[in-house]
Amino acid sequence: MTRTAVYLDYNATAPAAPGVARAMADAVALGGNASSVHAKGRAARRLIDGVRGKVALAVGSKPANVIFTSGGTEANRLALTASGKPRVLASAVEHPAVTAYCPPGNLLPVDADGRLDLQALRAALAQDGAGAIVSLMLANNETGVLQPVAEAAAIAHAAGAILHCDAVQGFGKMPVDMAALGVDLLTVSAHKVGGPAGVGALVLANGLLLSSTRAAGGQEQGRRSGTENLAGIAGFGAALDHLGGMLADCDRQSVLRKRLEAALRPDAVVFGLDARRLANTVCVAMPGVAAETQVMAFDLAGFCVSAGAACSSGKVQASPVLLAMGVAPELAATAIRVSFGSGTTVEEIDAFAAQWKLLYGRRQAA
Amino acid sequence: MTLVLEHPSVVDLGIAKPRGQTRVVVAMSGGVDSSVAAALVAAAGYDTIGITLQLYDHGAAVERKGACCAGQDIHDARNVSDALGIPHYVLDYESRFRQSVIDDFADAYLRGETPIPCVRCNQTVKFRDLLATARDLEADALVTGHYVQRVAGPAGAELHAALDPSRDQSYFLFATTREQLDFLRFPLGGLPKTETRALAERFGLPVAAKPDSQDICFVPGGRYADVVEKLRPGAAEPGEIVDRDGRVLGAHKGILHFTIGQRRGLHLGNTDGAGEPLYVLRLDAATRQVVVGPRAALGRRYVRVSEVNWLGDAPLGQEPIRCQVKLRSTMPPVAALLWRGADDGAHVALDAPEFGISPGQACVAYDGSRVLGGGWIAETAEEPPA
Repeated sequence: MTRTAVYLDYNATAPAAPGVARAMADAVALGGNASSVHAKGRAARRLIDGVRGKVALAVGSKPANVIFTSGGTEANRLALTASGKPRVLASAVEHPAVTAYCPPGNLLPVDADGRLDLQALRAALAQDGAGAIVSLMLANNETGVLQPVAEAAAIAHAAGAILHCDAVQGFGKMPVDMAALGVDLLTVSAHKVGGPAGVGALVLANGLLLSSTRAAGGQEQGRRSGTENLAGIAGFGAALDHLGGMLADCDRQSVLRKRLEAALRPDAVVFGLDARRLANTVCVAMPGVAAETQVMAFDLAGFCVSAGAACSSGKVQASPVLLAMGVAPELAATAIRVSFGSGTTVEEIDAFAAQWKLLYGRRQAA
Repeated sequence: MTLVLEHPSVVDLGIAKPRGQTRVVVAMSGGVDSSVAAALVAAAGYDTIGITLQLYDHGAAVERKGACCAGQDIHDARNVSDALGIPHYVLDYESRFRQSVIDDFADAYLRGETPIPCVRCNQTVKFRDLLATARDLEADALVTGHYVQRVAGPAGAELHAALDPSRDQSYFLFATTREQLDFLRFPLGGLPKTETRALAERFGLPVAAKPDSQDICFVPGGRYADVVEKLRPGAAEPGEIVDRDGRVLGAHKGILHFTIGQRRGLHLGNTDGAGEPLYVLRLDAATRQVVVGPRAALGRRYVRVSEVNWLGDAPLGQEPIRCQVKLRSTMPPVAALLWRGADDGAHVALDAPEFGISPGQACVAYDGSRVLGGGWIAETAEEPPA
């Protein structure tokens, strides 16, 4: 309990980037409501719009297209309820923040690596394509597997549909260019890139309008009411100052990932092994050892990893992502997620691999 | 923050290792008893880990939309663990609890039995599954907040009733095997409940004032029939209330609403022609009949017991041994003879008839405070077995 833990759960939340805490404290000290006419209000507005520009730049869009939200979940909700397209389609491996707005019958199948079945998408859009919004994540939060977003967007557009991309997990771990991807709406979250939790953004394609949002205070150009989270947005901005460094570190992380996988295999089963994946994410099964037991045992040994999708109570459920990939439930129940970042060292990866083998070996001996 | 307590009852779990290197998993329900058990273990210097089992969907059980799947108890257990400075985990045992405990509970009622799900729970999810997980975590012992005593005897660990008979839970732990008992510790067995409360306050536990739970955990408000009807829709078929001669006295809404020895709820004016109160004598699942009669007709001296778990030093044989038995949790033990029956069964001959013995309940045999073993009541008779 007293030892400093090795943090390998970046996909849950990344450690705060340098300068974030300071930027947030400064914003609190600055005060001001961005809607106010006076000098303090203008100062707050300036700060927010500065970050708006950074977000736009980071995803290849324009500042006017950026709507700040309370995080990825709200941005997804906004995208899927206010796009003017009543029919929501999504891949079966989307985050619950997306599937919550998609009827179960509209979940589209994925292949064994968890990539969207584009034929199924075409078929689903053959009728009433114009009334549909397709939601497809950039990278899966559990496996790190990249989705064929550009291809799906082209298919959606050909059918008159629009495409929303939940980029919460991919953002900061790979370059994101909305225009190149061809997506109409994109969700990002601050705390996955070293900013604070509680702030994110929905970014719209040029010219896309949202419908049916309640006016209320009318902030964010009437697209998202409520006084802006000044400190959170300031923290987001400070984190984005490190975006270049984060992306530049991906090659190093990719080496770490391969090193870890080589150390654990063939005892371990790595999901999406041969698929294009994020450099930082390994979803790995330890056959015969329940994921919840592994997570506890690793925690007690000083390693932070996670399993499946944790509900707020902390209980672990079998991963719907792995089940959708056709993984046997017994094997899925033994999968944990190891995710790292720019702070992770090769020593930490080696120590984790050694601990993994210790746990596995103990079970083999039992 | 770690609480330190100077108290005469600082626990010693009797494990031959330095306490700091002795890992102990505490099963924490979120109630005051297991919270104090955790506090005692942590305060004694053991490497303490709290684990709470998510056994059922709390929101579904209380039928309140939007209620959290976890319920308050899990949050309470977490808060207590935080206060004690020990790691705490929640294990999702919903599906195994459903299979091992809840399904059995519903089916038993439909068979005309009166089940004890707490025994099944101890027997399966707690002392089989959680215990295995504790071993996986390289724990040296599993601690619970049960009011029983584990005594190191000459022939191995013995199970004894709690020091305070009013708190004793040994009846519910009869199915604990010797191997499980070796690994288990019960630090509250030597305490009266009042002392547990005092300790909870002394440790500053956030659950010190929490009321004791009375109900079966997945049966809110004690309405067990509602739960059974939800689990087995349509299975609660109406039937007749008859006397011992088969004369129809009335109708009922399903045998699951009745327990042997029950007097209320018959809606017959509760008397026969002679003006004597009527009791449920027997529940016949096949004919869906509730057989009623006078109290005198409830008396039984012979009990057949199945699935016997034996904890005595000498194996149970054909030769009857003298002991005391409990046939339901609330009765004081009564004198009886006990001998081995067919398969893993046993026979009990009570010195005096007992009234209202119900199949599905447990028969637990004692030698003084020591639990010798027990099993499930399969059937009762007025005459000795052939």
